[in-house]
Amino acid sequence: MKNYDTLIFELSVKGRKGYTLPASKVPSVRLPAHLLRKEKPELPEVNELGVLRHFTNMSFKNYGIETNMYPLGSCTMKYNPKIHQDIAALPAFASVHPYQKEKDSQGLLKMIHGLQGFLSNIAGMAEFTLNSFAGAHGELVGLMVMKKYHEDQGNTQKMNVLVPDAAHGTNPASAILAGFNVVEISSNLDGTVNMEDFYAKLDENTAGIMLTNPNTIGVFERNILEISKAIHDVGGLLYYDGANLNPLLGIARPGDMGFDIMHINLHKTFSTPHGGGGPGAGPVGVAAHLAKYLPAPRVKKVNDTYTIDWTLDGKLGQISPFYGNFGVYVKAYAFILSYGKEHLSSISKMAVLNANYVKESLKDVYELPSKALCKHEFVFNGLKDKSTHVTTLDVAKRLLDYGFHPPTIYFPLLYKEALMIEPVETESKQTIDVFIDVLRTIAKEAKEKPDFVKASPHTTIVRRLDEALAARRPVLTYDQYKALESLA
Amino acid sequence: MFKYLPHTDEDIQAMLHTIGVSSVDDLFTDIPASLLHPPLDIPSTHAEIELHAHFNALSKAVNILTPVIGAGAYDHYTPSIIRPLIERQEFLTSYTPYQPEISQGTLHYIFEFQSMITRLTGMDVANASMYDGSTATAEAMFMAQAITKRNKVLVSDTLHPGVLNIIHTYAHYKGIEVIVIKTEGGHITLSDLPADLSDVAALIVQTPNIYGVIEDYDGFAEKIHEAKALFVINQDPATLSHLKTPGAYGADIAVGEAQSLGVPLAFGGPYIGYMATLHPHVRKLPGRICGMTVDKDGKPAFTLTLRAREQDIRRDKATSNICSNQSLLALFVTIYLSTMGKEGLYEASQMSMDGAHYLYEALVKLPYLSDPFNEPFFKEFTLKTDINVERLEAACEEKGFLAPFDLKRLGLKDGLISFAVTEKRTKEELDTLIEILGGLS
Repeated sequence: MKNYDTLIFELSVKGRKGYTLPASKVPSVRLPAHLLRKEKPELPEVNELGVLRHFTNMSFKNYGIETNMYPLGSCTMKYNPKIHQDIAALPAFASVHPYQKEKDSQGLLKMIHGLQGFLSNIAGMAEFTLNSFAGAHGELVGLMVMKKYHEDQGNTQKMNVLVPDAAHGTNPASAILAGFNVVEISSNLDGTVNMEDFYAKLDENTAGIMLTNPNTIGVFERNILEISKAIHDVGGLLYYDGANLNPLLGIARPGDMGFDIMHINLHKTFSTPHGGGGPGAGPVGVAAHLAKYLPAPRVKKVNDTYTIDWTLDGKLGQISPFYGNFGVYVKAYAFILSYGKEHLSSISKMAVLNANYVKESLKDVYELPSKALCKHEFVFNGLKDKSTHVTTLDVAKRLLDYGFHPPTIYFPLLYKEALMIEPVETESKQTIDVFIDVLRTIAKEAKEKPDFVKASPHTTIVRRLDEALAARRPVLTYDQYKALESLA
Repeated sequence: MFKYLPHTDEDIQAMLHTIGVSSVDDLFTDIPASLLHPPLDIPSTHAEIELHAHFNALSKAVNILTPVIGAGAYDHYTPSIIRPLIERQEFLTSYTPYQPEISQGTLHYIFEFQSMITRLTGMDVANASMYDGSTATAEAMFMAQAITKRNKVLVSDTLHPGVLNIIHTYAHYKGIEVIVIKTEGGHITLSDLPADLSDVAALIVQTPNIYGVIEDYDGFAEKIHEAKALFVINQDPATLSHLKTPGAYGADIAVGEAQSLGVPLAFGGPYIGYMATLHPHVRKLPGRICGMTVDKDGKPAFTLTLRAREQDIRRDKATSNICSNQSLLALFVTIYLSTMGKEGLYEASQMSMDGAHYLYEALVKLPYLSDPFNEPFFKEFTLKTDINVERLEAACEEKGFLAPFDLKRLGLKDGLISFAVTEKRTKEELDTLIEILGGLS
């Protein structure tokens, strides 16, 4: 990596151009003056190569999956196939207006319908919608399905959604946005549902439960069939947070476990890239009796023709203007076709093999609260030897010096020093072995030179940041920055 | 094995040995047997050649028409330098920049994105982007509810009906009352607002609106602020090359769909929403925000900041459940605005506007078409047709055009059609369209 902190505005020189446009052949019009801004917006004026160099230099300050292993727990940072970029850029996929009619868009609708079908089959659901833009958006839509179902049933008292304390933060936030109350249930040390607390909180007011399985410790919920029966017995529904679907492809299906509603993070399990935080895609699947609530528009197949149903009747409403992040799910569709039924379950098998391998290889130096088999990920509670006072944050920052992206840290909240490792299926044994060696070296360094580890990273282009300053005195734009006398 | 899965049988055996089990199946014994190995009914594996063939076959079942419509998605030009830059793996494959030491690239462009959005909108601060313009508008409603502690919003009926539907959906589940203001003449006026705004969280409007009409909000902010309500303007950011800004109109929150900044149509997504506000409201802004700080050596650096607002920390107390942002598209838009720059954005908008007015002047002369509003417009306009819309659509489609847009498809009045023109449409294309429509009666 190489540092580069020039802002594009600093490159701007009046009169420089980075664009060309054809000469206009029609008369120029002027709008009434009272509708116009006084001056053109101060966007930068930079030549084309100047723009290219600026962003290329910026990219050198980033770490990607092709840089090295990205063992970020719960994020499923797997290789993003290059061929997907070519496919998504085909004119038919990149250039069609969303209001182009069904008869002219059959190939696109066929793909949407095909992916809905693949996901339904892989997850054991009756139907999927692809309209939701991201995992959190999918959760919201899924909980709207739950709410709409209870409204239709006249279950006005069913306002409580059970959410484990170890759940992703989006779960409780989504439940609130859908108009529910959140009732937190406690988890065992291995992240599984504490059944005593579950039964204590379960009652006639329970609208449903939100679970991720395997849970955020990476452990399969051993009581899932009992939980699902108990929830259904009180007339509630089960919501599956698909963030952790990677170990279950062709292995087990949320639908068979009794889940009624779920979302899938396509940018995780199905390798559409994360893009630095988005765009993702969070399709929502439901059991047959809930299919009628899925949001408009719905892509359907009628005889041999694909159609778009825009009616709102009976549905939960509309949650996106068109058909979701189409360009993203083109890639998920290609991913499923590439692996096919022959190889799909190998994804999960190798992901689980890698996670257990890393766990077993490091448990003598890192504290492992849950000894159980893990699925695609697992969580250490920091270094085993606590006497050094080297924290999980220090280990994460020291990993940067060795050229690895750190695991997820301080999540879930069950362990004080959580270090959540997900070594995904696309990593080779050689790479994983280097990662293991580095983590062992850091454990050794923690004993021998703890202050050095605590002061890491030492080799990155910037070192630990003053986060308190950033929040106390927010500098969020170039104009604010320019107005400062000094940043520090 | 498969090309994306590197382990050899030897690797697998060595790893199983370390774990202390004898087969990969032994790693799944914690899953109830009744659940294991469900039927997998998906196609067989496709080699790259077969994958290309499959998608080429799907492509052949698509008739790619040249859009002369908009209705929320516009066919602007994408400069060639954008795709190779956003496909650099350092941008494309990275995660949310939680580890700032190795994510300065992502944070750097988000900071520039925020800076450009504030300059375009005339607002103080912007977040690092939203899913799209419609959900950004719904989030603005939640934000207004959180700031004012009021549960009612007013929305103009000149908003895109799709956006309006999404507002209705979000509001219903959150227990917010939505009052749709009925307007006449294709735009909202000050006199359309109810006299008593004392229980209103926000007024939400859109310009140019669903009919393409540029709305004038002179005097709106004064009236709204008098009642301590908020003013939310949804605006196509490409029009901010020319038009008076939300900031200048006294808006508290500016939102919109930034697809018009060169993002491909891609059958409806991924697009990118923007959201900007004033300093006093920054701590209620949803989503990611990037700020500048220094590292321990005093070196300038970027970081995600004001994180205490977010769902992973606030959980059930968060005002939004937003986790991602449209980072890669924020990069897209930042490169677009850097490439077009101050003059290029203006020129492209002017060309779009000129083309739209040229088309308008010719069409409005046709005996079966008339202007129902006679109001100023930008690159999109609405006409009333006395003859069947499907006939118009069919005639245009025959020559490869997607036009006109039938506003009835969005639940609006019968007989209203709209056209949108961008800098990509040539005079020759517009003349052909005029000829086609001129031949009908």
